[in-house]
Parts: sequence; C-alpha cells; structure tokens
Amino acid sequence: MTSTAAPPAPVPARRAPAARRPRRKWRGWLFVAPFMLVFALTFVAPVVYAFVLSLFRDQAFFGGTVFVGADNYVQVFGDPKFWEAFRRVLVFLAVQVPIMLVLALIAALAIDSARLHGAGFFRIVIFLPYAVPAVVAALMWGFIYGDHFGLAADLNHLLGTAVKPLSPSWLLTSIGNIVTWEFVGYNMLIFYSALKVIPKELFEAAAIDGAGTFRTIVSVKLPAIRGAIVVATIFSIIGSFQLFNEPNIMRNLVPNTIGTFYTPNMYAYNLSFNGQQYNYSATVAIVMGVITAVIAYVVQLRGSRKEM
Amino acid sequence: MATFSVTQPRKSRVLTGFMALYLLYTLVPLVWLVINASKTQPALFSTSGLSFGGTFALFDNIGQTFTYNGGIFFRWLGNTLLYVVVGAGGATILATAAGYGLAKYRFPGRRAVFAVVLGAVAVPPTALAVPTFLMFSKLGLTNTPLAVIIPSLISPFGLYLIWVYAADAIPDELLEAARIDGAGEIRIFLTVTLRQLVPGIITVTLFTMVQTWNNYFLPLIMLSEPKWYPLTVGLNQWSAQANGAGAQPIFNLVLTGSLLTIIPLVVAFLLMQRFWQSGLSAGSVKQ
Repeated sequence: MTSTAAPPAPVPARRAPAARRPRRKWRGWLFVAPFMLVFALTFVAPVVYAFVLSLFRDQAFFGGTVFVGADNYVQVFGDPKFWEAFRRVLVFLAVQVPIMLVLALIAALAIDSARLHGAGFFRIVIFLPYAVPAVVAALMWGFIYGDHFGLAADLNHLLGTAVKPLSPSWLLTSIGNIVTWEFVGYNMLIFYSALKVIPKELFEAAAIDGAGTFRTIVSVKLPAIRGAIVVATIFSIIGSFQLFNEPNIMRNLVPNTIGTFYTPNMYAYNLSFNGQQYNYSATVAIVMGVITAVIAYVVQLRGSRKEM
Repeated sequence: MATFSVTQPRKSRVLTGFMALYLLYTLVPLVWLVINASKTQPALFSTSGLSFGGTFALFDNIGQTFTYNGGIFFRWLGNTLLYVVVGAGGATILATAAGYGLAKYRFPGRRAVFAVVLGAVAVPPTALAVPTFLMFSKLGLTNTPLAVIIPSLISPFGLYLIWVYAADAIPDELLEAARIDGAGEIRIFLTVTLRQLVPGIITVTLFTMVQTWNNYFLPLIMLSEPKWYPLTVGLNQWSAQANGAGAQPIFNLVLTGSLLTIIPLVVAFLLMQRFWQSGLSAGSVKQ
C-alpha cells in the first residue's frame, strides 16, 4: 500500500514580492531545483523509460529486442491473467475502501465530538498501526489467521464457527482486514485534522438554527471536510490498485492460493523478476498507472464539482 | 446583550464504550505480538494465542534475534538506520526547501513545477519500481544502498505539507524585512524560515521516516544480497525460511524481530505527537 497522503491542492495566489531587479525573478529556483533534479531522476526518467520499454519486445530465439509498437498493449487487453488480477483488486476496492473510510470517519467524528472520554488517547492508539510496517502487519495477522498460533482457532472454538481465514474463499477478506487495520488510523487523522479547523462560527450558526448533533454532522461537518474525504478516497483507490506487500508476504503461508498474478502489481513484479519479461512487465505497469490516474482524476473532479 | 455560545456537550459513556470496542480491534494484534514474542518456539505451538506460555523468554529471544546467523539482524538494523537517516533526512531537506520556494517565490516555471508534482502524486509509486530497477541496473546502482536511498529522497506529500504550512506560517513582511536588512535568500532561509517551519518539518520527518523504515517493495526489488537488506526484507526472509519445506523454522525470532522493528517508530510518534499533530492540522487548512 502506498503511504503518502494529501496531494497538492491549488494554493490561492499570495501577494508576490515585487520583482525589483530582473535577476530576482529566478531566485525561487534556488530552493526548488534540488528537489526537481532528484524528481527528474526518480519519477520522470522511469516513466519515460517504462514507456520506451513497452514499445519493444524480447526476441527469445534471436536475442536483442525489436520494436513492436502497440503490440504489448494489445496483449495486455487480451490477457486473462491481467484481467483476473484486475477484477480481484476492483472487488477489494469496492468493499474494503468504503468500510475503512466509514470507520475512519466515525472515529474522527467521535474523537472530535468532545463527548468521548480520553479522546487524545483514542486518537494516538487508533493511529498507531500506521507505524507498523506492512511486512510486520502481514506476518502478525498471518500467524493470527493460521491454526498454529491459536487465535483464529480459539475464536472459532469460542463462537462455534469454522472460519478459515487463509482458505481461498476467505483470503481476500482476510487481506482486506489487514489493510483496514493498518490504515483506518491514518485516514482518521486526515479527517480529524480537517474537522479541527472548521470555523467555530459555523457550529454556532447551526446551533442557533436548532440543529442537533446528527444534523450538524450531516449539514456542517461533512461538507466542510469534503476536500479531505476526496483526498483520502483517492489515496485509498491508488493503494488498492497497487496492492502488493500484504499478499506477497502471505504467499509464504499459502503459496497455492496466492499465485504469481494475484494482483496486477504482483503480476508486473513476477513478470520482471521471475519471468525476465521486462518489456511486457513495463506495459502492465503503465496500463495500471493510467487506469489509476484516470480514476483518481474522475474522483477528484466529481468531488470538487459537488462543492460548487 | 446575551451572547450565544455552544455549550460543551457532556461526555458520553455509550460512545466511549463503542469506541473502546474499536480500540480493542486495534490493540489485540499488538498485544498478541508482545505476548508471543515472549514465548519459546515450542510454547508458541502448545499454548493459546493470548496467554503467556510457560517460561518468559522475551529477553532470551531478543538475545537470539541479535546473534542468529552471525548477527545479521544487527546489520539489517544498521542498514535501516542508514536508509532512514540519509533517505528520509534528505527527503525532508529537499521537500522543505522546495515547499518554501513554491510558497514564497514567484518564478518562471512555477506552474509547471506545480503541474508535474501534482501529476506525480497520481502516478502510483510502485508502478515506477520496475522501470526504476531497470534504469538503476543500467547505471550499476542496484544492490547498493544508493538504490534504496535515491528514490526515498522524493516525498511529494512532504513538499505539499511544507508548501501549505509555509504559506501560512511565514508572513511576506518578515522576508521583506530581512531583505531590507541586507540578508541573502539562503541566509533568510537558514535563519528566519527554518525556525518558523519547525512543526511542519517535524511532521514531514516523521512521515518520511515511517515510509523509509517500513519500505519493503523497493528494497525487495533493488537488493539481491542479504547484507544490504533493511529489517522489513530481512524479516520476510526469516519468515519464508520458517515456512519452506524441510527448512529451519524460527518463528520466535520472526516475532521478536517484528516487535523490535515496530518499537522505534511507535516511540517516536508518542514522544513527538504534540509537534506532528499541530503540523498536520495546519496543513489541512487548505484542503
């Protein structure tokens, strides 16, 4: 999962310092140039390189590569492995993301409400799983899910159920649970920070109008933090499409259930590192990148249109 | 005139109880980890998950974790620290300078910088990993610390956070006053700006630190020798070794190692929560 947050939102233009001397105009670059140099090397160059790679194909028998134009892209669109992986992350996205964001929203509203005993304690503890590496979270939950170390088995015994979290039918749900556990606190913090800066006058106005707690939440708080909700949604979508760490680590436990193309990102990884099909792997990565960017863009458009 | 004020609502036990259930979900796996890191390997299999089993072996496990396989865990810890100090530290410095530059200067190409970085946030970072690997492999950088450090140096989130923070925290008048006093731009940055940005910088440091400390995908791809692994990749290797057929299982070390990997970050977040939380809410004003 990615763990970055808020993308830059347009910042209202501030009063620019008057450019008295022409030389001064360029001074901003002094501070921005180092970032942009490394950025060019680690973001721009790989994107360009991936695109170039995707236009070629390895010649298995003759050695070297040949230019094949859009052939690799055509192949992705007819590749059942890719679409199986894609459908899987789409289901994951449709189920896990809403659950996680609603939980985060409830937690943020509760902590912000001033009706919670020990709100500060709740805030920091619920956030803590974010500091746990995905590797450790997946190892930990993997053990808990398994029969060896008892917890899932204990719970089944207690409730009289027979849920096997690592069985093929439960596995995606089990991975969803790990991701939810890791990121509810992080999203809660995004929502909470946004709630904290809502102007107090809005609440006073709502109270004068006789709005109760629920009405205040729906009519004042949620619209006020729409920007934060859009941001959290976009990052959760990107995270779902990029799902890699948790299933890749859990492969150790269930190698037969989690194959080499369980998620699109695992597919791209295995094409490169187990199959040496770098050109096709780059194509898969680009297709996923474009799909993700388009969906993120649509969500952002819809999110900001409602605001007007 | 009677002033209208919003009365402070009373604390609710129902809400607190409801939230306590969620807290339980958050904490149980962590408690489970602490309990099970204190068990010997046989006790892991023979005792129930949430009860202490037999002898209290935590310190023995810690000793074993650090000495197993010629002290490789210690090496991984050192690597992780190196990647965090240089990678996350460098990312914070670059993001701070660039965020400040974007917030407080008008310069040709500023809009282009804005568009490119905005676009980069939408590009999923892991989609870049394979091409970055191939590129670095051509440059002879793979399987060196630089392969992990260089991509860690860019944090678009850090840039964004400093940007909105600087726009708020540093009045233009302050910069103008310093300029009138004859200070150069670099000197203003070092003596005036940095001090104003402290909560923002601490917030960015903590988040880039978590990203680098927890990074798994990038080092997994870039590194082929265990001697360069960070803790995350190393731990997963131990775990894979424990699960392979006919292999030597070291579950107790995987668990103790996991616990040792979490503790530094949890401590950092707890100690510095006042700073990073104030840095975050300043950043969200503009959302």
